[in-house]
Amino acid sequence: RDWRFQVSAALKEGHVTPTELCQRCLALIKSTKFLNAYITVAEETALKQAEESEKRYKRGQPLGVLDGIPVAVKDNFNTAGIETTCASNMLKGYISPYNATVVQKLLDQGAVLLGKTNLDEFAMGSGSTDGVFGPVRNPWSYSRQYKEKSVPKLRSVDEESNWVITGGSSGGSAAAVSSFTCFAALGSDTGGSTRNPAAHCGVVGLKPTYGLISRHGLIPLVNSMDVPGILTRCVDDAAVVLGLLAGHDPKDSTTIQDNFKPFELPNLPDVSKLSIGIPKEYHAPGLSSEILALWSKAADFFKNAGAKVIEVSLPHTRYSIVCYHVLCTAEVASNMARFDGLEYGHRSDMNKSTESMYAATRREGFNDVVRGRILSGNYFLLKQNYENYFIKAQKVRRLIANDFLKVFGSGVDILLTPTTLSDAVPYTEFIKEDNRTRSTQDDIFTQAANMAGLPAINVPTALSERGLPVGLQFIGRSFQEKQLLTVAKWFENQVKFPMIQLEEVKRHNLDVFQHEKSASFS
Amino acid sequence: VVARRCGGVWRRVWQHGAGGPGAAPTSRGQRAAATACNARGRAAPAGKSGLAPWVPVVGLEIHAQISSNSKLFSGSQVQFAAPPNSLVSFFDASLPGTLPVLNRRCVEAAVMTGLALNCSINKKSLFDRKHYFYADLPAGYQITQQRVPIAVNGSLSYNLCIDNKMSQMVTKTVRIKQIQLEQDSGKSLHDDTRSQTLVDLNRAGVGLMEVVMEPDMCCGEEAAAAVRELQLILQTLGSSQAVMAEGQLRVDANVSVHRPGEPYGVRTEVKNINSIRFLAKAVDYEIQRQIEELENGGTILNETRAFDAKLGCTVPMRDKEGKQDYRFMPEPNLPPLILYDAKSLPANMNHQQVVNIDWIHERLPDLPSVKRAKLVERYGILPEHSFALLNEDGLTEFFENVVKQTQMKPKKVIGWILNVLLSYLKQHSLTAKESPVSSFLLADLLNLLEKKEISSTAAKQVLAELWKGEGKTPLEIVKEKKLELIQDQKELEQICQAVIDGQENEVIMMVLG
Repeated sequence: RDWRFQVSAALKEGHVTPTELCQRCLALIKSTKFLNAYITVAEETALKQAEESEKRYKRGQPLGVLDGIPVAVKDNFNTAGIETTCASNMLKGYISPYNATVVQKLLDQGAVLLGKTNLDEFAMGSGSTDGVFGPVRNPWSYSRQYKEKSVPKLRSVDEESNWVITGGSSGGSAAAVSSFTCFAALGSDTGGSTRNPAAHCGVVGLKPTYGLISRHGLIPLVNSMDVPGILTRCVDDAAVVLGLLAGHDPKDSTTIQDNFKPFELPNLPDVSKLSIGIPKEYHAPGLSSEILALWSKAADFFKNAGAKVIEVSLPHTRYSIVCYHVLCTAEVASNMARFDGLEYGHRSDMNKSTESMYAATRREGFNDVVRGRILSGNYFLLKQNYENYFIKAQKVRRLIANDFLKVFGSGVDILLTPTTLSDAVPYTEFIKEDNRTRSTQDDIFTQAANMAGLPAINVPTALSERGLPVGLQFIGRSFQEKQLLTVAKWFENQVKFPMIQLEEVKRHNLDVFQHEKSASFS
Repeated sequence: VVARRCGGVWRRVWQHGAGGPGAAPTSRGQRAAATACNARGRAAPAGKSGLAPWVPVVGLEIHAQISSNSKLFSGSQVQFAAPPNSLVSFFDASLPGTLPVLNRRCVEAAVMTGLALNCSINKKSLFDRKHYFYADLPAGYQITQQRVPIAVNGSLSYNLCIDNKMSQMVTKTVRIKQIQLEQDSGKSLHDDTRSQTLVDLNRAGVGLMEVVMEPDMCCGEEAAAAVRELQLILQTLGSSQAVMAEGQLRVDANVSVHRPGEPYGVRTEVKNINSIRFLAKAVDYEIQRQIEELENGGTILNETRAFDAKLGCTVPMRDKEGKQDYRFMPEPNLPPLILYDAKSLPANMNHQQVVNIDWIHERLPDLPSVKRAKLVERYGILPEHSFALLNEDGLTEFFENVVKQTQMKPKKVIGWILNVLLSYLKQHSLTAKESPVSSFLLADLLNLLEKKEISSTAAKQVLAELWKGEGKTPLEIVKEKKLELIQDQKELEQICQAVIDGQENEVIMMVLG
């Protein structure tokens, strides 16, 4: 039995038409509007795409597994004809004339693009709370599980103050997949921006190897670490989307030259011959006891299945956050230089001089987080500081990457780590700390993989005592996505992560969706 | 290693009290012209202070636009004087999410140029971002090669006439520090009356080769000769059209002066130089200005100055934003540029994917110096003639075509080409290819001269007629104008007799003495 995109089988067999599917998703987007997962819903074009797909199915010539399947895209990917805002005043109303390569590939496969999902401004954040369109709410905040376990214990019964964040910065995409408004979504991952919200929202979040998927059309945060991320409800689906997106792009010189061969995951994965590494440095301060317990339980799963589980050391990982701070802000300072109000985007009315127009445009267009990073990045790049900060950070980055090489060179196949320190916190808690402090805490387990360019995936593992999702992360060797996903799929089968129980989903009687979800667990 | 300086020294030749503070820029300019560097580096008298004379040091930074169909990192066309903003890709306008893709042709042009300038080609070079805010730089940074450029450590030999005599030439060498690939900027047009700036991005992202020459020159004439030779090399290679008037070749000069044996003085950078002639003027003016400044107890500021062609002087440029910190950073979207040679070329590599240095080397055309030597050897013309031929676009080919079609010796043909045809071409501002008198017609004419059918004077008359381009052959013009030399003895005698017969009195007077 083919587990991949069960909904695809339903389409093929005519149980549901692409238009029906699209309409149901659009209706669900409307009734879950309070999640604030979408910045733009492209209803009209989505329905048109669904109609085209329907014709193909009627002719018996669907383009592939994704034909007619509703997807969502983080609002930092360019989409021709649909607003691309990066959740910033700077790009509010900006309509790109071209599609990002990954968006084009989805459309070429017949996928139906529902809309653009919410994020932190220019993807700078770990909560999806710092965008100009407001914070994204975690669908699990409204689940039966959370309400039953947590709400009675909370002092405030007011739902407004109990809702938890999605994590970020791809929180909109994670919430969209988690709340069943789409079947797959694109995120981006620079320091954990796909895996972190995936963990908090109970979905699969894959960060592929740097260079495997084109960044052309992804509005950059840190070019040397950004990777388009894939959010789905099960590992098989992530493998399908990866297969369709991966490969060389002549428009992105940092993509691999070799042709990528899409793969299918074995139905009965075998992990008995594998060696699973547990990095001891990931026992970080602040790691919740719940997650620690889950992590060691997961290790036991592998042991019991005959895999070798060994403790390994990544001694430089603890420098990852501070190193990331220098490299990230430096590239941000550079990448943001183009937003001057001249060619596109926001332009201030200030017209005393070109320089004063630049200054006013950038002050009005960017939030404090973006401006702060631009400022520190420029400081690190100053001639007098370059050696002390940028060059040093690059050297540390190399050491971090070498740690991984050594571990993988010693025979370890896959690393198993937590994805986050704890489950998602209520928004009211989250905003007590500033963006920078939060980012340093939240990216602690995810960032090193970006430094080293390695593939990593969040697999939803269990619900916390509060009824919120917790995920674990697997990190693989460069370009060994097949092995990584095979292990992830095996693990997914072991943990039997529960399905979110949302009023809205029930109300829409979305049995097709239920069917799809259950497929992974049968 | 080549000589660092020409050894020339700079002198004050004007009389005590002739200049001084407050002297008008024009008089300064005139003096500068009067003190043109002596290429042989004659010993010079000390300045008024009684110290050793000044040693000027001149280095050049030359930006050559790469001759290529498309831009350095985008597919936009490259074309001079196209309608504003008609050649702008999404990348050129820095639309968010666009990425640079290196143009192979630009890399090959730079490798070719590097090889022609005796550089070592770096098999691995890197791209960097150089940041500054300017309206015609849409990304807020220029992609250049600051850390590891594509070519380094070369040299350029050029020739210089002594005392303006073509017959006395010396060969000089300037070291090439590096050649780097980088993006051109767009153009800003300031409309002061409406206080607006209009931006044209057609030029934004066009490939440039920045050729950095070490400070091995000592006067305007040397700088001009070096740039002229570079221009000829680029045009021969086809790596740049190198037309200064169209901005395809832009020269900035770094100028300083110091006392012999002392460290180099503070340098100024002179920009806005639009022709080779102005380059010589600007450099000489700037040298003179610095000497004067120092002799009057002043100091030289490390500043950028613009050459004002009308006034013939350099003036401080209003600095864009004071001292710039360009905040260089590696360009993360471009992997290192890897070049191969026959040895390192991987066997399974697609040839479309790689640039092979050896392959390019084998296909380099004859460089101007080689062409000149061959002309001298093949045709027995003087070296200075070979310079004159190469100096004009298409003239060498014209000369060789004439030689092929005429019995006249090349040594004689060259006189006709350089003294007669060239002055016509110059009068009408035409290149040899545009000449209304084809090489075939000129050869035809020179054949008549060679067969003694017409005189040299008559030949010039015929050429004047041919220049009108009325489609007549030289022979037709000769017949029409009765310009033939008379070869028949009897006919000549008859003509003479007729003249004598008509002038009896004069004849008698002469006979009588």
